[in-house]
Amino acid sequence: MTIALQAQPPRDAARARRFRWVAHSMRLLPIVPALLFLLLFFIVPVGEILQGGLFSADGTFGLAQFERIARTPVYAKVLWITFSISFLTAAISVLLGYPVAYLLSRLSPRSRERWLLWIMLPFWTSYLVKTYAWMLLLSKTGVLSTVALALGLVSRTNGTIPSLTGVLIGMVHAMLPLAVMTMLPVMRGIDDRLAQAAETLGAERGTSFFTVFLPLSSPGVAAAGLLVFISSLGFFIVPALLGSPKETMIAQLVISSVLELFDMRFAGALSTVLLVCSIVIFLVYDRLVGLSSLTGEVRDKRRGSRAHGVKLALLIAAGRLTAPLVKRRMTGAAPAERGFGPLRLYTFAVLAVLVAPVLSVIPYAFTRSDFIAFPPKLFSFKWFGTFLQSPVWQSALIRSFEVGLGTAVLSLALGLGATLALTRMSQRASKPLFALLVAPLIVPRIVIAVGLLYLFARFGLTGTNAGLVIGHTVLAIPYVVVTLAAGFRQFDWRLDDAARVMGASPVRRIATIVLPLLMASVTAAFLFAFIVSFDDLTIAIFVSGGINTTLPKQMWDDIQLAVTPTLAAVSTTLVVLIALVVFISSRLRRTTR
Amino acid sequence: MSAKLETIGIAKSYGETVALQPTDLTVQAGEFLTLLGPSGSGKTTLLQMISGLVAPSAGRIEIAGRDVTHVEPGKRGIGMVFQSYALFPHMSVWDNVAYGLRMRRQSREEVKRAVDDALTMVRMNDYAKRYPQELSGGQQQRIALARCFAYRPSVILLDEPLGALDKKLREHMQSEIRRLHKELGATFVYVTHDQDEALTLSDRICLMNQARIEQVGTPVDLYDRPATRFAAGFIGHSNLLEGAVDHERGPAGEPILLTAGGRVPLPQRGAAMPGSPGARHCLLLRPEAPRLVEPKSGFLDGTISDIVFFGSDTRVQLTLSDGSHLSVRCERGLSPCIGDTVGLVWDPHRTTLLSA
Repeated sequence: MTIALQAQPPRDAARARRFRWVAHSMRLLPIVPALLFLLLFFIVPVGEILQGGLFSADGTFGLAQFERIARTPVYAKVLWITFSISFLTAAISVLLGYPVAYLLSRLSPRSRERWLLWIMLPFWTSYLVKTYAWMLLLSKTGVLSTVALALGLVSRTNGTIPSLTGVLIGMVHAMLPLAVMTMLPVMRGIDDRLAQAAETLGAERGTSFFTVFLPLSSPGVAAAGLLVFISSLGFFIVPALLGSPKETMIAQLVISSVLELFDMRFAGALSTVLLVCSIVIFLVYDRLVGLSSLTGEVRDKRRGSRAHGVKLALLIAAGRLTAPLVKRRMTGAAPAERGFGPLRLYTFAVLAVLVAPVLSVIPYAFTRSDFIAFPPKLFSFKWFGTFLQSPVWQSALIRSFEVGLGTAVLSLALGLGATLALTRMSQRASKPLFALLVAPLIVPRIVIAVGLLYLFARFGLTGTNAGLVIGHTVLAIPYVVVTLAAGFRQFDWRLDDAARVMGASPVRRIATIVLPLLMASVTAAFLFAFIVSFDDLTIAIFVSGGINTTLPKQMWDDIQLAVTPTLAAVSTTLVVLIALVVFISSRLRRTTR
Repeated sequence: MSAKLETIGIAKSYGETVALQPTDLTVQAGEFLTLLGPSGSGKTTLLQMISGLVAPSAGRIEIAGRDVTHVEPGKRGIGMVFQSYALFPHMSVWDNVAYGLRMRRQSREEVKRAVDDALTMVRMNDYAKRYPQELSGGQQQRIALARCFAYRPSVILLDEPLGALDKKLREHMQSEIRRLHKELGATFVYVTHDQDEALTLSDRICLMNQARIEQVGTPVDLYDRPATRFAAGFIGHSNLLEGAVDHERGPAGEPILLTAGGRVPLPQRGAAMPGSPGARHCLLLRPEAPRLVEPKSGFLDGTISDIVFFGSDTRVQLTLSDGSHLSVRCERGLSPCIGDTVGLVWDPHRTTLLSA
């Protein structure tokens, strides 16, 4: 009897331990598919690139490929141009975007939603469409030249493109929405009352901004700078279409060495250079700012250093200097409306410059003439007819839809499981996993594309829809995870507890509580994934094969041959489609709130 | 519809941090027991382990004699009211209240009857179609209660349910909760850090401190006979007089404590028995026990340093000769002034002796 009693507790404890261990690992299970997927289709191919660039054909370690890059002045120059353009793009985008993000973060949710529509439209519009629009605006026979000539501002013009200015205009226009969207969550997290507190303590409005808001928003600025810089590194559409050969960027070299020179090893080496640079920049960023700021979290900074004190003094000085420029706060005005006059005007101007080029494409689609000229001769639907009746465009359109939906479903399934598991982990465990999930975002697309080209060639996936869906899902997972993680962070898990106490099974809790409340972010994630796929050109160029193209690939092939009104019709269709998606997602968000 | 609840050696630690030391607690069927304590005392951890939302590191939980330690929260026959309610924002009041019943797959008629009953009990029938955001704090609180007992759990757990309400509404809801407890007859376990709430509501109070139970007893027990200095300090206002037992006894043969303010008679009962002369002790003197008298005619003399008006009575703060303070309740008729020297007398049986 006594023996039995003594034996009881340890057995119970062991059972309890096992029970807890099983329960614990069950909760982490949903992240496994996403991790496996990324391991197979992201880490392996990118790792191969890294290895391929570092080892020569006979398998010996060497830097021969890099020597080739470094020795050939053309390549060194391309690297230099790539970095300068990317840096300038990041700097200008963040600088121009900061006031916009600031204004949006201080608005009421309702008006923010309204303004955001006008950022989302250019944000999700295809890079190809945006670049095409700038071609029409900036070329020798384009709108700006024609208008300037007509007004007598200039007597003779060659157009703004091809030139570095043209490239920068196109790049900043393409990246500004991304910069604003990245800074916004961090800024929204900054409590309005902090600025008020600073003002009651005697800080002028300017000083309050420089000493409180600016330092607190710096993680968002850094995140925006990082994302824009790394995205720009892998750009080729804008420099190819708006730049001269002098503005050739590294991604263009990669494409030509694969598609024209068939020199895979050299393409690998170029990709390795890009990859190593991205990783270094990223590590520096994570050290300085912390990865979590990508979803709008602000990490506690270590405090008390002398450098910090100096920085604060500088910020206070900056505030004092700008004090005469800042309007006094009007008492009695509603908080959102206070003193935003010039800021609103500026934001309005920025949004106009973002949206107008995208919309300027539309008239050309309805031209009666057989070529693009300003002003377009209206009015005819014939180019839409050409677009929709052409079997090439038709199959490209259908394929883009198929691949887009496949990508959206797959990446949502993988991302949802991963995010669910992430929210239940300790911070120590979730941090590196989150980093892995968003890693495709910070590796230049072209590197992933080249890696997948190697991999798919072996499995016969090149040119298949499956190959495209896989490639696009790699790109879409970060967007899905970041969007869902932001939604999940606002989710009150006690609601789930409450349902659990009332007897709801895990599946029913997800169906009745978690999903309905997270519907807005789930839908947004789905749409993001769809658009990432629908808009992608990089993966499509390498993976889609020669014949079976997607819509962007078909546009890219056409655009390089001639700027036809058919392209304007395609672009218009895309703009309308994106506008529809943006509108639907904003409506959804509003109704669920 | 009530069940006895028992925890046997239940404990929780997170790594090195001990959230709750091994704890034995029995709640009788139909009893209203309050877990009272400061934040970090382990009361919420204990409640969450009873609910099953947090797994214990050791020990067992029994409800109605059944070991439920490894049973899912939804299958323990418990209901829970969350801090700030946790009402489902995307469901109407009616759907919120019906949720637990639907999870139990009850028929449509049963669900309807039970929801209507529950809403009637909290007097919220007219609000069935509203959404939680459209209700005031007090109304949300009622819905949270209705949702919890709609499916008639035998044990109801309440985690600081009134924390978000203002004082007046809180007092009103306290009486509502007492009424509901009587009507339902279920076992209630109530977590709060508000001692007044605990005294008002509970059959028994389980006072917790530093991850363990400090004292369990009826509100009267805890107020009149606190077992420790912590218990004395946490519940009600208290004055603690410290000193050593005198060699001489008082005129009636009672033991005397030698304190800074004077010679104070000791009660013959309490948590600690007065030791031999020289032993150090601590005497608990509630503010309402002493009376103000002429200087030199009481046990202690002190100077009035502050007078605070409380509405129902006035509190006088006395400064003793060693600089320590005493708070004494003073009836409305008397009008002492700051700076007056007064004496204090009291019935020794209304004081409690604590170990030093």
